[in-house]
Amino acid sequence: MRDEVIRRARGGIAALVLAGLVVAPWAVDDYTTSILARTLALALVGVSVALLTGVAGMPTLGQTAPYAAGAYACAVIGSRISDVGVVQLVVAAGAGAALAALTVPLVVHARGVIVLMITLAIGELAVILLGRWRSVTGGTDGLAGIPAVRPFWGLPPLASDQARYLYALVVVATLVGAVLVLLRTRAGLLLRAGRDDETRLRASGHRVPLHLSGAHIAAGAIAGAAGSLLVVVQQYISPADFGFDTSALLLLGVVIGGTASVGGALVGAALVIAARDWLFGALPGHAPLVLGALFVATVYLLPGGVDRARGRFRPPNAAAHQPDPPATHDQATVPELRR
Amino acid sequence: MIVVAAGTNRIDPYLIPALDGVAYGLLVFVAASGLVFCFGVANILNLAHGMLYAIGGYTAAALLDGGWASLALALAVGVLAAAAAGVLLAGLLTPVATGNHLSQALLTFGVALAGGSLLVAGFGPDDPQVQVPAALEGSVLVAGHRYAAYRLVFIVVAALLAAALYLVVRRTRAGMLVRAAVDDAEMVACLGVSPARIRAGVLAAAGALAGAAGVLGAPIIGPGTDTADTVLLLSLVVVVLGGLGSMAGTLLAALAIGEIQTLGVALLPSAAPFLLFAAMAAVLAVRARGLVGNWRAA
Repeated sequence: MRDEVIRRARGGIAALVLAGLVVAPWAVDDYTTSILARTLALALVGVSVALLTGVAGMPTLGQTAPYAAGAYACAVIGSRISDVGVVQLVVAAGAGAALAALTVPLVVHARGVIVLMITLAIGELAVILLGRWRSVTGGTDGLAGIPAVRPFWGLPPLASDQARYLYALVVVATLVGAVLVLLRTRAGLLLRAGRDDETRLRASGHRVPLHLSGAHIAAGAIAGAAGSLLVVVQQYISPADFGFDTSALLLLGVVIGGTASVGGALVGAALVIAARDWLFGALPGHAPLVLGALFVATVYLLPGGVDRARGRFRPPNAAAHQPDPPATHDQATVPELRR
Repeated sequence: MIVVAAGTNRIDPYLIPALDGVAYGLLVFVAASGLVFCFGVANILNLAHGMLYAIGGYTAAALLDGGWASLALALAVGVLAAAAAGVLLAGLLTPVATGNHLSQALLTFGVALAGGSLLVAGFGPDDPQVQVPAALEGSVLVAGHRYAAYRLVFIVVAALLAAALYLVVRRTRAGMLVRAAVDDAEMVACLGVSPARIRAGVLAAAGALAGAAGVLGAPIIGPGTDTADTVLLLSLVVVVLGGLGSMAGTLLAALAIGEIQTLGVALLPSAAPFLLFAAMAAVLAVRARGLVGNWRAA
């Protein structure tokens, strides 16, 4: 009964937020609109982080790699081949998925903090590659002057900040909806089950590494699509957009949102990115210091988020350390499984 | 550095980059071994490790004035400051539940961000110049090539440091506790050694190693705004390549990375970052199972 009320309330709030996001560009100035649009792209990357960290149980600091792959693929396609948004989106998602598929062998057998470490190395190496591969990426100067996108064949190019924002909003809403639907199917159930008790799932004949590879590639595709949105919104990209601090901020946002919740990841990532943008405007020079202190404070102040995060990704040797999971752990995970 | 390509031997032009690779690799080894301890013993992904190295680097840049006394002073101050930062980090990590890797990683990242900002505020945003002792400023002849004297001495000192580290880990009681904690932390706790003290000790030792690497390696990987990221990345790749099983593995991985970053750049200038990726992929693909087994035991 109470669950039902909460679910309805959640649906109502989501609808209200979506309506607010649709009218937002007419309520604020152009600059804020473009900032909002960029935040939407980053929040979509946050969703892919939540998919891996919370749902699949592979905490990641490297989703900036497929994000960057998608962005650069979109920038190259956009300035040389096609200005059609759908084409760019598909190519970017494909690039992100391809990069994720290439890195699957690196992460699929690792668990817990080791995934965190390996993905961090992947993300950092990707940024170094972007800086060195000058002929395609323009090096550390980045790629500028990418022509405005037209969403579909025959439509006019998106000339205003409002139009680009609405394009980003439509794409993000569609993809997030698709993720939510997918998570309700058997695939989502299997991912959560593998996260909560991998040994048992393996024993019943499921191929957990296969599920994880699928989740990794899907998350890569989502991050790649988000990269395409970044290009559409900024019309300029450089390796600085994909730094290590972006990964850490997104992970913080996902932890604030409750790691396994897609909606929470959207809100958390948007909040954290907005806080960073505001800080860098308000306190030039001291922003990293305050941001670092905020990281520490958030870890301390979010005991709920921290505790919920705990059972949600695989400890390196879950079986050896938790032969007898506490009752609260069961309560936390069972409704998750039923959904 | 001038490379004289006059030799008739085909290996000759690559001798100097290869020697540079040894210096680079030993530097990365000293820096990465701190991260290996942190990771292996305390099971903490310390994202502030690069910042600890940067503390040493900035100390060297500020204190070195060309004399031997200043080098000793910089080494002492750098090691102490970085070790103190490590203890501070351990103190900040105490309230965070053990095994909560996400919170630990986020907290250490916050410390890295704040610490990096403080370093830039204290020492200025420009990459400072590092002055090596005057006696080591020149170059020496190595097999007919001129080679920076400091790097040659650095190779010797870093090799001694690595040997000392090996002896400490293998022969002393502290080293035994560290190895025991890697194998079975709960059993060590049952023996009456507080896990919190082991963690503080390990983070202090990791800080000291990073600080020493930062001071001595300042002429090779100098202090600057990118230093922390570079050192953290190289150390992470060393951990991935070398696993946590043995110090020999860490040393081999570090030397391999040194050669990739120097000899690799000389041989295939555009492919060096790909080579790091490829090395990681190859090692993980070949011994994925064994490696994870090692890590799980850790």
